[in-house]
Amino acid sequence: MTVTTLLPAVGMAAALAATLGGVLGWLATRLRADPGSLVEKIDALLPQTQCGQCRYPGCRPYAEAIARGEAEIDRCPPGGDATTRALAALLDRKPRPVDPRYGATKSRLVAVIDEDRCIGCALCLPACPVDAIVGAPRVMHTVIAVECTGCELCLPPCPVDCIALRPPDAGAHAERSAVVVP
Amino acid sequence: MNVHGGLRLENHKSRPLERPLLVVPPPRVAILALDQGSGEAAEPVVVPGDHVRLGTPVAAARGAAAAVHAPVSGVVREIGLAATVGGAGQCIVIESDGRDDREQGAAAVDWRALQPAALLAGIEASGAAGLGGAAFPTAAKLALARSAGAELLLLNGAECEPWICCDDALMRERAADVLLGAQVMLAASGAARCVIAVENDKPEAIAALRSALAMVGDARLALVELPAVFPLGAEGPLVTAVTGREVPSDGLPPQVGVVCQNVGTAAAVARFVRDGLPLISRIVTVTGSGVCWPGNVEARIGTPVAALIEACGGRAAAPSTLIAGGSLTGRVLASDRVAVTKGLNCILAAAAGELPARAAEMPCIRCGDCARVCPARLLPQQLHVAARADDAAGLARFGLSACIECGCCDYVCPSAIPLTARFRDARERQQARAAEHRRALEARARYERHQSRLAKQAAAERRAFDEARQRARAAGRSETGP
Repeated sequence: MTVTTLLPAVGMAAALAATLGGVLGWLATRLRADPGSLVEKIDALLPQTQCGQCRYPGCRPYAEAIARGEAEIDRCPPGGDATTRALAALLDRKPRPVDPRYGATKSRLVAVIDEDRCIGCALCLPACPVDAIVGAPRVMHTVIAVECTGCELCLPPCPVDCIALRPPDAGAHAERSAVVVP
Repeated sequence: MNVHGGLRLENHKSRPLERPLLVVPPPRVAILALDQGSGEAAEPVVVPGDHVRLGTPVAAARGAAAAVHAPVSGVVREIGLAATVGGAGQCIVIESDGRDDREQGAAAVDWRALQPAALLAGIEASGAAGLGGAAFPTAAKLALARSAGAELLLLNGAECEPWICCDDALMRERAADVLLGAQVMLAASGAARCVIAVENDKPEAIAALRSALAMVGDARLALVELPAVFPLGAEGPLVTAVTGREVPSDGLPPQVGVVCQNVGTAAAVARFVRDGLPLISRIVTVTGSGVCWPGNVEARIGTPVAALIEACGGRAAAPSTLIAGGSLTGRVLASDRVAVTKGLNCILAAAAGELPARAAEMPCIRCGDCARVCPARLLPQQLHVAARADDAAGLARFGLSACIECGCCDYVCPSAIPLTARFRDARERQQARAAEHRRALEARARYERHQSRLAKQAAAERRAFDEARQRARAAGRSETGP
């Protein structure tokens, strides 16, 4: 056996390796997972409370941290187990309960300003991440209940503690009884 | 006749139909729910203290809610939350002055001379709504039929619930009104012909309609007899039974060339063109052995249910459960202080034992009885599995949106599973989730605006600071300059 008989086989293998390598390289650039769209998908599952209990300054920053692999999916108390389940399904991970270190899951609350005690200092206005508080300096403020996410971020800046969280107005809560069969 | 599934039920209509229609006196205090049964609230146009006459508009139409009119003359006392047929909701409370002064300018409408658009506007202003129970605005339905080019107006006189007979009473006593309403609706909708569908267990109503038809002599109007099968009175099954066409589960009857209206709605439209009166009263069946003299009564909208029962001799001694609507699709009422709405067709005071107590729920044995009776051709047993698991994809795949909540599956289930209640819950959960998602999207948009505004403010402050520093430096240089 001489070197010349090996040459075609070696050449063939080299050509094959080069072609497949090229194809794989091209596919890698072409089919790369778009990190932007993953962040969008994660963000869409978060409750958009913007409360920062996850230790990130809002839902989107937390979504970015999850997408980067920095943060676990169990840091969202407002979303509760439904959100962690949905995130686990999206990211193909094991579902896990919300880590209690980040807070307890509560039912939806809205902030209410005690208008007799409000001094119109306007400190809560920039604190509200979703612009749900209306007011101006030395004018009484009020919360737009339907826009309030119940994030509690307006509580610390208030110097007179006139903001409280209450369950939203029940409004027309129909009492639904089961159907009776004749 | 194309009828799938359904139930042949023993009916309990003969006792209330023995007595002629009774008119309940106008209420001293009328409670007008802003949501008259369509699920959407009308917009109040009066404030407490306003004087209203009979037929004054007190709430304007909005979305699926028709306009609401004062059923008595008097003073608006308050607008606030009160118990309603649907649970609780905003109501306009009017205290009557007992005079029934009519709104000025209310007169008969010369409907034959009107253009369809003007006629539709008139029907809309009259507050006409589906009296079969859905209370959907009649004018909106007719306008949709006109734009979709529907050729058939189907008047629903099927009334398949075993206890309800208000439409039967209406057809017996006011068949001419039904036909006049049909003619007006034909003119408004542009449909070529009208079929009045009545179940064949109502021979008196059929006879009354036949003689009225002979009197009117309009070849576009016809009567069709249907077998007495529950739930043929529901829109989808009725269209299929009469025309053989199937309404898509995500669509409406005009897509198959049909517009459905209840016979009671037709009579209300007739009253509007004849007297110029908006919809301020309706016929309600008051029945069950919990009332002394069951009967059909005509009551003003806003009359407390207690007054209707009083007109029928009051509650019988034995305790009974009050149900609004029929025994299969109705809801239990917490009290008799709620008021008549446009969507309320029946008050059933069911004594103990009249409706058999529900047996304890047992596991599904996959017998398939529910699928055999389902008029929408669904597989309730599969939907049940998906509803229990809260599996949105499964619920969509097995067609939850096509369920008409008729209760047939409940009725036949040997394991006594409350299937309809489960489906209703699943639907409400889905709607709540969708609303939550919408709210989250809005919150996100506001959060993004908030963030960009803060960033802009910070940049502006930074720029102002830099400029100030440069000015200070320049000033310092010129002072200490050579």
